[in-house]
Amino acid sequence: MKPQAAAAGAPLLQVRGLHARYGNTPVLHGLDLDLPQGQVTALLGANGAGKTTTLRALCRLQVQTAGQVRLGGQAIEGCSTEQIARLGVGHVPDGRGTFMGLSTEENLRLGSHARASQQGAEADMARIYGYFPRLRERARQQAGTLSGGEQQMLAIGRALMGRPRLLLLDEPSFGLAPLVVKDIFSIMRRINQEEGVTILLVEQNARLALALAHQAYLLETGRVVLSGTAAELRSNPAVQRAYLGE
Amino acid sequence: MNEFLHQLLAGLATGGIYASVALALVMIYQATHHINFAQGEMAMFSTFVAWALIDAGLPYWGAFALTVLLSFGVAAAVEFIVIRPMHRAPELSVVVVFIGLLVIFHSLAGWLFGYTIKSFPSPFPRDAWYGSTLMSAHEVGAIVVALLMVALLFGLFRFTRVGLALRAAAQNPVSSRLVGISVGRMLMLGWGLAGAIGAVAGMMVAPVVFLDPNMMTGVLLYAFAGALIGGIDNPVGAVLGGFIVGVLENLIGTYVVGTELKLSVALALIIGVLIVRPQGLLGRRLVTRV
Repeated sequence: MKPQAAAAGAPLLQVRGLHARYGNTPVLHGLDLDLPQGQVTALLGANGAGKTTTLRALCRLQVQTAGQVRLGGQAIEGCSTEQIARLGVGHVPDGRGTFMGLSTEENLRLGSHARASQQGAEADMARIYGYFPRLRERARQQAGTLSGGEQQMLAIGRALMGRPRLLLLDEPSFGLAPLVVKDIFSIMRRINQEEGVTILLVEQNARLALALAHQAYLLETGRVVLSGTAAELRSNPAVQRAYLGE
Repeated sequence: MNEFLHQLLAGLATGGIYASVALALVMIYQATHHINFAQGEMAMFSTFVAWALIDAGLPYWGAFALTVLLSFGVAAAVEFIVIRPMHRAPELSVVVVFIGLLVIFHSLAGWLFGYTIKSFPSPFPRDAWYGSTLMSAHEVGAIVVALLMVALLFGLFRFTRVGLALRAAAQNPVSSRLVGISVGRMLMLGWGLAGAIGAVAGMMVAPVVFLDPNMMTGVLLYAFAGALIGGIDNPVGAVLGGFIVGVLENLIGTYVVGTELKLSVALALIIGVLIVRPQGLLGRRLVTRV
């Protein structure tokens, strides 16, 4: 089953035969993904299915990879992590990757390293404070002292400071209170709709992810076992049984 | 009383040197969690380069600036060529590489410049400072240079974009790469800065202790003690620690153990700090969850 949405235009990110391994342990066995421009794609699957590894492999972070990755038509599989960041891929990593000893504002400021020009960085920061007013209140505070939810907001804000074309989000709901999760997901929807940022969302909570996503891929032990629009996956009996608990 | 004051101020002057070298050690420790045992020998080598440049007819400050630049380049190159390939090596291998560097710079200096003791000029006037018998102009100058260097570094880290990137790369290399910072380049920059700081320290201490390949051996120990006292991960603490060690070394050396046993003061301080307060005065306590 090919995602219908992919037909809408040339995909922003096109992945063919992506393999990844940690040392001698293979984790991904040839993934094919198409991320349509301006859409939210969810990557679903159980623990250990290879979701986080997929995001890492796309950024060539801490994992050996093979396969084709094209961003806006440009082959990026030979680029380093920092080059990929500068090409406009914002990565909100697993564990949030907070710079604990730096202030909230410094954390955000670091995000702007990903882009060539610093023009408009101040305006971007104001816009991000608009999304997350809590961060403005904590601007001078050491980021390590922020709550989990605030650090998640900070990680998203940091990635947005780089004005990404593609935002990779690794389990933004992990370990957060339901109200905070709701808040963060509604802001991600705004980022996608108002700013047109393409999003690849990794989530264990399939219900949450499918509510936001246009299309989704289901991973099992490093392979894509199912893909389609969010509605198709929601109505798939196997998905309902295993991932939606119905 | 006058004698005591004199020893105290002289301690501050040497303390400035220790503070500088301690700062160089902390620069590299913060970024890589390694103590560069070759820091002193690299500084000594830089001082020989300055000596050769002055000998070749360059004016003092010209030679000073050129030496600082060259030392920056050499230290950055050492990081790139020698240290970077050791990226995944076990701790002990890295220590051995540092000791290898120490021996290399030491013998290279002896081979190129000889083991005879040379005098090295001071940029400051020879006479006492404002007719005071308490401190020489060079001692005052050395303190000012050390404090100036600290201020410059503080400004770099606190107020510049590259300074923020340096701190970020030291704290969290993975996240740094994700925001587009080249961590490798930051490590090179950190090493380069440490090399430049060391060069300045060497040129400040050489007029006092004279220049020879063994010049920095003791200084490195004192600086290490200073860095530990202040907190090995804290630049401000390292500078403070350097001054404290300078003063303690002079006072205890004069009034308690005598000059021959001065160096043991540094060793006693190192052991004492490690036992009583391993994180130093201003350092953060490292807590590892198990």
